[in-house]
Amino acid sequence: MSGAAALLVLADGRFPAGGHAHSGGAEAAVRAGRVRSASDLAEFCRGRLHTAGLTAAALAAAAAAGHDPLVLDEAADARTPSPALRRTARRLGRQLMRAARATWPGPDLDALAAARPKGAHQPVVLGLAARSAGLGPLDAAQAAAYESISSPATAVVRLLSLDPLEATAVLARLAPAADEVARQAEAAAQGAVEELPAASAPLLEITAEQHAAWQVRLFAS
Amino acid sequence: MTEAAAAPRSAASVSARARITAVPDGRGGTALPLLSGAGPVAPRRTRSADPAAARVTLVGAMSAPLSGDRLALEVRAEAGAALRVDGSAATLALPGRTAEPARYDVRLEVGEGGRLHWLPEQLVSVRGSRLRQHLRAEVARGGRLVVRDEQVLGRAGEEPGRLSSRLTVRYGGRPLFDQQLDLGPGAPGWDGGAVLGGHRAVGQLLLVGTEERDAGPLLARPLGESAVVTPLAGPALLVTAVAPDALRLRHVLDTALTFTSW
Repeated sequence: MSGAAALLVLADGRFPAGGHAHSGGAEAAVRAGRVRSASDLAEFCRGRLHTAGLTAAALAAAAAAGHDPLVLDEAADARTPSPALRRTARRLGRQLMRAARATWPGPDLDALAAARPKGAHQPVVLGLAARSAGLGPLDAAQAAAYESISSPATAVVRLLSLDPLEATAVLARLAPAADEVARQAEAAAQGAVEELPAASAPLLEITAEQHAAWQVRLFAS
Repeated sequence: MTEAAAAPRSAASVSARARITAVPDGRGGTALPLLSGAGPVAPRRTRSADPAAARVTLVGAMSAPLSGDRLALEVRAEAGAALRVDGSAATLALPGRTAEPARYDVRLEVGEGGRLHWLPEQLVSVRGSRLRQHLRAEVARGGRLVVRDEQVLGRAGEEPGRLSSRLTVRYGGRPLFDQQLDLGPGAPGWDGGAVLGGHRAVGQLLLVGTEERDAGPLLARPLGESAVVTPLAGPALLVTAVAPDALRLRHVLDTALTFTSW
């Protein structure tokens, strides 16, 4: 790791990459009554971390390790059956790309932005941004794993009027699991792209399309 | 025509392999030059409702896999052949005498203009069992594949075992779909609101090689409260469903089987 501070900048919820507008499926889970309390939130986040979180962390680690970002973008498509989630991932990827090119400009980011003008999958951009910032695969995986739980936790504070201290405690208790997921992702990124984890969560896939069709919603996804 | 089980690695485990190859018979139908396998995965040719297609039913699947078993199946529908593979009964993943998980590996191959329906019965994860399943499919451009995958977590009212599965599909040599599920005690968060949320059956129906004329406009849409139809980034349509039990899961997936005329 060249600098812990660069990782803090990249993973900061205030980094202007648009993540605050997304709940990571939590809004649909709250509406369906599946998340009503801090303990429901913890189980939701644990499931998301080990499924979508692991998959994203592995893609990010692989991009940071220097795998071809276009091959990773195709792998991300194959791992994202929901069109709503693909749209979200590309929109977030485009926003992160804009912020990353302003923050840590570099030829790798320029090349991916030119090849995918409408946005590459966010974890791929995240990994490449980490690389451009001088960070390594484990750092990229850490940022992706953390983000997979921080989005729903932050959103549920607003959706349920949950005590923010409780939501933060949920995140803190999941920290060792997030570290473990990041280590798994980094290890997987040393292998072939086709062997990268493809862990998925059926309810996240199912509710993403329902949520995208709502007329009124607090979060974009 | 059987192929004896290969040497088991221990007294408590079986290794079994079955292979099916379908080719056009030159008269508008499909022949099966290779149909081999024994024990837990025994394929039998059965009567097909579709004169163009051959049908094979996997029989004797009731008592396996046990933990430690290794089962492998290879199914090929060569260019222009039409094959439907189904099962005579649900498969029960059962605890064995070893802590090592059972492995069930399926390889499907579809040639150009070929058509393969892979429609096994449900896989039931019984308490104390451990199973890792990997289905890999390679579909040539212009081939069509239907895969049904149904997982039931425990028999009625029973805790499930641990079931890890992966479904990897390539179309025209490129990745099309890749998805893993890890369910049951020990899989972190598996029963929370992101993954199964108390449902005990999860399943998918994947239609590969779709074009608009086959599947109607390829729009994502909910299928009731707990299922969704999603067009993949490539030429395929996926139905994902969760349900309280196997019966209700099958009901949803059966609805989706009518999406194409294949």
